[in-house]
Amino acid sequence: MDITELTVHELQEKIKSKELTITQITNAYVDRINEKEKDVQAFVTTLTEEAKKQAIEVEEKINKGEITGEFAGIPIGIKDNMCTKGVKTTCSSKMLENFISPYDATVVEKLNNENIIDLGKLNMDEFAMGGSTEYSYFKKTRNPWNLNKVPGGSSGGSAAAVAANLVPWALGSDTGGSIRQPSSFCGVVGLKPTYGLVSRYGLVAFASSLDQIGPITKDVRDSAILLNIIAGHDEKDSTSASREKVDYTKCLKNDVKGLKIGVPKEFFGEGINKEVKESLQKAIETYKKLGAEVEEFSLDIAQYSLASYYIIACAEASSNLGRFDGIRYGYRTPEFTNLKELYKKSRSEGFGAEVKRRIILGTYVLSSGYYDAYYKKAQQVRTLVINEFNKGFEKYDVILTPTSPTVAFDIGSKSDNPLEMYLADICTVSVNIAGLPGISIPCGVDSQGMPIGMQLIGNKFCEETILNAAYTFEQEVKFREKYKPQFKQNA
Amino acid sequence: MSREDYEVVIGLEVHAELSTKTKIFCSCPTEFGGLPNTHTCPICMAMPGTLPVLNEKVVEYAVKAGLATNCEIARDSKNDRKNYFYPDLPKSYQISQFDKPLCKNGYVEIDTKNGKKKIRITRIHIEEDAGKLNHDEFGGGSLVDLNRAGVPLIETVSEPDISSAEEAEAYLRKLKSIFEYIEVSDCKMQEGSLRADVNVSVRKKGDTKLGTRTEMKNMNSFRSIVRAIEYEVDRQIDVIEDGGIIEQETLRWDDVSGKTFSMRDKEDAQDYRYFPDPDLVAIKLSEEYIENIKKGLPELPESRKQRYLEEYKLSEKDANLITSSKYLSDLFEEASKVCNNPKAVNNWIISDISRILNETEMDPIEIPFDSKQLGKLVVLIDKGTISSSIGKKVLTELFENPRDPEEIIKEKGWIQISDEGAIKEVVLKILEANPQSIADYKGGKDKALGFLVGQAMKETKGKANPQMLNKMFLEELNK
Repeated sequence: MDITELTVHELQEKIKSKELTITQITNAYVDRINEKEKDVQAFVTTLTEEAKKQAIEVEEKINKGEITGEFAGIPIGIKDNMCTKGVKTTCSSKMLENFISPYDATVVEKLNNENIIDLGKLNMDEFAMGGSTEYSYFKKTRNPWNLNKVPGGSSGGSAAAVAANLVPWALGSDTGGSIRQPSSFCGVVGLKPTYGLVSRYGLVAFASSLDQIGPITKDVRDSAILLNIIAGHDEKDSTSASREKVDYTKCLKNDVKGLKIGVPKEFFGEGINKEVKESLQKAIETYKKLGAEVEEFSLDIAQYSLASYYIIACAEASSNLGRFDGIRYGYRTPEFTNLKELYKKSRSEGFGAEVKRRIILGTYVLSSGYYDAYYKKAQQVRTLVINEFNKGFEKYDVILTPTSPTVAFDIGSKSDNPLEMYLADICTVSVNIAGLPGISIPCGVDSQGMPIGMQLIGNKFCEETILNAAYTFEQEVKFREKYKPQFKQNA
Repeated sequence: MSREDYEVVIGLEVHAELSTKTKIFCSCPTEFGGLPNTHTCPICMAMPGTLPVLNEKVVEYAVKAGLATNCEIARDSKNDRKNYFYPDLPKSYQISQFDKPLCKNGYVEIDTKNGKKKIRITRIHIEEDAGKLNHDEFGGGSLVDLNRAGVPLIETVSEPDISSAEEAEAYLRKLKSIFEYIEVSDCKMQEGSLRADVNVSVRKKGDTKLGTRTEMKNMNSFRSIVRAIEYEVDRQIDVIEDGGIIEQETLRWDDVSGKTFSMRDKEDAQDYRYFPDPDLVAIKLSEEYIENIKKGLPELPESRKQRYLEEYKLSEKDANLITSSKYLSDLFEEASKVCNNPKAVNNWIISDISRILNETEMDPIEIPFDSKQLGKLVVLIDKGTISSSIGKKVLTELFENPRDPEEIIKEKGWIQISDEGAIKEVVLKILEANPQSIADYKGGKDKALGFLVGQAMKETKGKANPQMLNKMFLEELNK
């Protein structure tokens, strides 16, 4: 048995039946990291030694009866934009290369409360800006299915680590697709919860009105389990929703009979790769076979989402990233003669090109004289997108689309073309703009064996509906049994 | 043209730090002082990933201020980000309010030479204070202290209805007294908890277009505000008279040289790129909420003044002075209760206490003694335990080292001599030493009596009971 092949719920069972111990599990992951990390490059910081020590401690505590808890001793990986007290939180930026947070993010606190063991901090596009993890200051993470391809982004480290069995599950963050797109590229399950379901406290902000933390897992059940742990109101986050606690595993019924699925035709048009389209068509047939009612409809406004998204996200980012000024923490230029120069040089040297591009764009759209034409208009479009989705959900329980127009692309093929990179977000951004939950699950592979992702979008706080739809599909298609990452490398 | 041909137009932006226990977006204390960066946390230091949560007390205090200044209260309001870089602003944006302030369209009334005048209030909004930069005496450069970062402020913006330095002062005093009365700010100007940005422009009388204005920032004493306005008005008129034009700029008032200096001109005018703060939710206020705050508002200065005119029969001038400060007004009412002699308390406040406050540039809130001690002082005089001239000494003592007046007079040996035998002894001694005065008195010069009493007071270091002295001198002289 390869321990690292198991899902978290499988690990839980094996711990319960005493087939596996906590230290065995952690050690297996540490071994796996030692073996494969050099190929995948998923981590910014590995905590393998700390994890081994912690596993022994947790095991002792459990044996002594000091702690119980169904997740005690399960390892995890955390995207490097969530604050971890005492461990570097870099956002994969030179700006925060040596930054150690004095506090834990709320989600990290929740993991700690469950005695979940942190295996390390995962690579990402700098400040979560990008779709390939190539914009990390430290390293380029590689796609475990083909090491010459990108893992997607910005949570590329998280998705690659889960796909390569370096961690059993991971936390990612999603501002415009940053959980779902890399999950699609790496053939794993990624859930972006409804805006407000998971606390953002301690998530280094990119775009506050769009950011959401979510699980990246091997299967849908693990996604529901991790959502159970991280969801919930947080008084430290004014935008977090106050709702009754739900057990998201309870909705996994393996039944979609009568489920109404809407397929927006705009998401299957120009720019969508032929093989992706075909795979999605097959998925639709599967749903029909399982008894769901699938219907095509028009989500016209979606085409404007991308423009609106880049204006709003960049505007918020330009303000959110102002605090990295070289004064209190983070990178400070070694030489300066006055305050203005300190700011200019610290920020010019500390931020990468993509981050600077978005700060400049965001600053521009908020400038007096341009505010109405850009930011205000983008917010108006946002309202229209929300209305359009609302109309859709009057008729359908779930909206089905590709997660990304393409499969994972070659490293270096788009990193010099920001616009083309932005277009890769076309299927995912409208979900963030509307604050909806979306899940990406693998639905097939293309002719080169690269995974293809399907996105299921739900109405606000209807995570249960999309989780069940995803679960039912997964049980039918059994993707994980058929396909595995091959760590292929071009000669 | 002469100075009289010009009209002065002034608008004030007044910042008052709210006296909430905790900061506006975190639970750090708002207390003044404290070692640098000890009243801070990851939130007010703007650590990555932290989020603001609005302190509801701040909204309540701002609504109180709005209601007390006749404002409309917004049912739907929000917070906006004002973006700019400065080391005392750790987030690189100040959370403020842009287009939906909590309160708008209010006014206060001030007294001017020409009677009452309404000064309209454009808006009152909530925002956070910035930290402070201290010069590093050892290493050079600046040190950042974020204790003040995130202390809640209300900014009250007036319409340009103010037309002189005196009116500006009267308006600011009025606002200060209102904020003190409703207990939303301690308004300690020396500590910077009340400060004003002053906008000044001049135009020729009859002109309908406003002149170009200059702005003087962060003024925190009445005296400098008055001086700065007078200086700036003269400067602007001189520039125009010399054929120049006024540049729109931000000025710094220098108290020592008595001049204004340019800080930055319109060219460097910052674009603050205001936009709604996505970390915070809309502020929605119910009718019931506003109604409850309205019901809880304390008596305001205007109504107290009316009560003093009717109940205590104070003069308009005295009532104005006492009600101008909540602390003076409270001192008056409470001390009056202790001694049951409001007239006497009034006299102490409007004369000796006011004089000392003026001389020492002390704010009433800083008066070190309490109403009980002042009340007791009046009682001691009323009972004849001390004379009123000793009373003045006791008051000085109360300002320097406040304690029970009874203790003071015991300690200092200031108790009035009211013993008949002792007084008689003094009277006889003085008469013996001043035969000429006896002759003068008998010759019809009544003034001689005053001289004798004065001598007796001198002899007893002011401790003799003056009424008894008078009586006894008369008895002896008329024998």
